[in-house]
Amino acid sequence: MPMRRFTNALASPQAVVLAAAILFALVIAAFNPGFLSLATLVDLLRNSLVTGIFALGVLIVLASGGIDVSFTAIGAFAMYATMSLVMGLDVPMPILGFFVLSALIGALLGLVNGVLIGGLGLPTLIVTLGTLSLFRGALLTFVGTTYITNVPRNVISFARTMILRLENAVGQLVSLPLSFVVLVLVTLFVAFLMNLTRFGRSIYAIGGSEEGARRIGIDVARVKVWIYVIAGTIAGLAGMTHMTLSRMANPFDLVGTELNVIAAVVLGGARITGGHGTVTGTLLGALVITLINTSLLSAGVPSYWQKVVVGILIVLGTGLPILIDRFAKHRERLARAAV
Amino acid sequence: MAEPVLSMSGIRKAYGSVRVLEEVGLRLEPGEVRCLAGENGSGKSTLIKILSGVVPADEGTVSIGGRTIAGDARAAIAAGLSVIYQDFSLFPNLTVAENIALLKSTAARERWHRARADRRLAEETLARMGVDIDPATLVELLPVASKQLVAIARALANDARVIVMDEPTTALTRSEVARLAGIVSALKAQGVAFLFVSHKTEEVFAFCDTITVLRDGRVVADGTAAEFDGARLGREMTGRAVETQRIERAPAPQAPPFLVARGLSRRGDYAGIDLDLRPGEVVSLVGLLGSGRTELALSLFGMVSPDEGRIEVDGRPVHFPSAIDAMAAGIAYVPEDRLTEGLFLDQPIADNINVATLSSGFLSRAALKRRAVEAVKRLRIKTPGVEPNVATLSGGNQQRVVLARWMERSPRLMILNGPTVGVDIGSKREIHEILLALSRAGTAVLVVTDDIGEALALSDRILVMVKGRVTGAFDAAEIEEDRLYAEVTKEARA
Ligand SMILES: Nc1ncnc2c1ncn2[C@@H]1O[C@H](COP(=O)(O)OP(=O)(O)OP(=O)(O)O)[C@@H](O)[C@H]1O
Ligand SMILES: [Mg+2]
Repeated sequence: MPMRRFTNALASPQAVVLAAAILFALVIAAFNPGFLSLATLVDLLRNSLVTGIFALGVLIVLASGGIDVSFTAIGAFAMYATMSLVMGLDVPMPILGFFVLSALIGALLGLVNGVLIGGLGLPTLIVTLGTLSLFRGALLTFVGTTYITNVPRNVISFARTMILRLENAVGQLVSLPLSFVVLVLVTLFVAFLMNLTRFGRSIYAIGGSEEGARRIGIDVARVKVWIYVIAGTIAGLAGMTHMTLSRMANPFDLVGTELNVIAAVVLGGARITGGHGTVTGTLLGALVITLINTSLLSAGVPSYWQKVVVGILIVLGTGLPILIDRFAKHRERLARAAV
Repeated sequence: MAEPVLSMSGIRKAYGSVRVLEEVGLRLEPGEVRCLAGENGSGKSTLIKILSGVVPADEGTVSIGGRTIAGDARAAIAAGLSVIYQDFSLFPNLTVAENIALLKSTAARERWHRARADRRLAEETLARMGVDIDPATLVELLPVASKQLVAIARALANDARVIVMDEPTTALTRSEVARLAGIVSALKAQGVAFLFVSHKTEEVFAFCDTITVLRDGRVVADGTAAEFDGARLGREMTGRAVETQRIERAPAPQAPPFLVARGLSRRGDYAGIDLDLRPGEVVSLVGLLGSGRTELALSLFGMVSPDEGRIEVDGRPVHFPSAIDAMAAGIAYVPEDRLTEGLFLDQPIADNINVATLSSGFLSRAALKRRAVEAVKRLRIKTPGVEPNVATLSGGNQQRVVLARWMERSPRLMILNGPTVGVDIGSKREIHEILLALSRAGTAVLVVTDDIGEALALSDRILVMVKGRVTGAFDAAEIEEDRLYAEVTKEARA
């Protein structure tokens, strides 16, 4: 059934998004011939690091049929609290320690979400809207509001270590920092979790039918608690990655980028209604969102226009596949009725 | 008496002020097939959810294989229970293979997801059932009959000691039901016990050794199948004698036809069909699955276009490019898989009944509610009011909501595909009476069914469809059941 395969391919949000991104890149390239180069790609990867890591955490939540808007607050809290703690104690800490500590704080904050959602059965949007505000407020009230710019030497040298350095068409240096490894590790972990463990499959099952999951004996409450703990951990890692890239800890950073990240995940094929979403799609979504934001920025387009473009892409990327899918199913039903 | 593999005693359950189960007890021995019979809303599915640990009982105990189960679904599964739920309870976003395997791997607390092993288990189980479904397909893409087969496969794959089947055959063909019966008797010989719910009387007697009858949440009869016959079963379920004879009626008026079809053909589906559907007459289109009956009905409703032939309404030629055009001409179609299509489960009963008529003008909320209340009364939908969500109704009562919805449109031609699937025998009779009354009030009624008893009891005229052709037209008052059965299955046996 080549027709079916064709509509299937079109019906995958990834395809729509990829097509839009390629079109977009070609348009930019028409104005700026140096655009199509390896350097651009490396730059894109660097710019999408934080969005990509956050997005993988959000993917897990969306796959289970939930939604999380508190992850940026978790990331900011975990990152900033780690920095003030380490700086305050003034003990030497290996670079790995920063990431581990930030991840642990993220896990703890995620546990708060998890207990409220899984344990008490409260709606995910309400809970995470609440904790978004709570974690951010607690950070600014109890932890601090000042920029930490005098970050330790080993953090700076980690930030300066590059995996790859290239010169782009106009002679600027672009590079891929070592923190790219964090994205790779998180990607491997999430891919492993979601595809190779029964736990990951029960996340999809819950997203498909929560009542059905309960009926086959999945401990839905427990799985949900873990989902938010893992999402919190990943947010902690994303926060710390962001800090190393900017080489300072700013407590006002990150919060406000939630929708961008959620958009990336949804463009990558996850559905707000749950049960769907892949790691590859999510990474692709993060790249596309970053591509649009950065290239519009460098082309001097005002930032509210970026929002318009991102909005259009979301509507296209999520609406078109649904329409095509509905059409294909309708045809199939008729075809079947005719067997 | 052998040691029971399943025993329940003193089960009570109420939802708010609605008492669903009172002091219910039940036991199953290894190798026993017990039928749980009862009207729609008598508490069968609720009892099943309690024994599977999905819904907690207010009082009473459940034990499976000697282990006490208290509201813990995983413990019930681990103790050897498998359930085929009335609503299938599958995961639409996962593949057939995963749907079949996830129950077993969850019960075994497996740590890894092994796609290849899942696939093998699914292939084996489907092959054992003689079913051809690709394990890699997403369940949401399957037609309703295949979904039901997947739900059965999932229960069988789990090597259970007790298998509970809540109306497992509503969407299946005769041959699939026969194959299921074969599997049940093979497993029974290995000591697996079954609890079986069905509203099809022949199936009850074909499958079961023993019968428990529930009425209004109480056990009113319990015995071996030999102690029952169809009449007693109906009496115990409803508390009164259930008529299964043809409904008495005045002959249908010979009005000019509302819809006429001549030489209707569609390659591969049906050929050379002539039809006259008159106001005041009930016509049954009887045929096996694959006879083209559904396609023909869909063609009259604009959902499938014929290649050849013409359709006239009120003597004027018409062409329905879509269902909307057919509805505008006064035709209503109640689909066969209405359990999964067409109901808004988490919306109130009233809204579900009124949804099809909302576009036909402005009505006050009070008027809409009054209409819904009327419809609930007319179709005897068992509910405390019209406000609760449809999800809180029993399966058979959900079906009645769909019927009510379409009847509220007061169509001129009502086409019903399997109108009483999943409806208990007492209510079946009532729905037949309602349809007959609807027709005598001037609606043309076309019933598409493979239930021969239904066709005989309900219709004025019966058309038999075999392999895409109408091979016989009979006066329903004249033809004998055996003869009709022979006509319908002619080609299948040849
Ligand atoms: N979640 C719920 N909330 C409120 N009432 C409910 C709920 N579930 C079931 N009921 C009520 O309990 C009664 C028994 O329902 P149940 O589904 O057990 O019937 P059943 O015997 O399986 O009927 P059927 O043959 O139609 O499937 C019904 O009156 C139904 O409305
Ligand atoms: Mg039921």
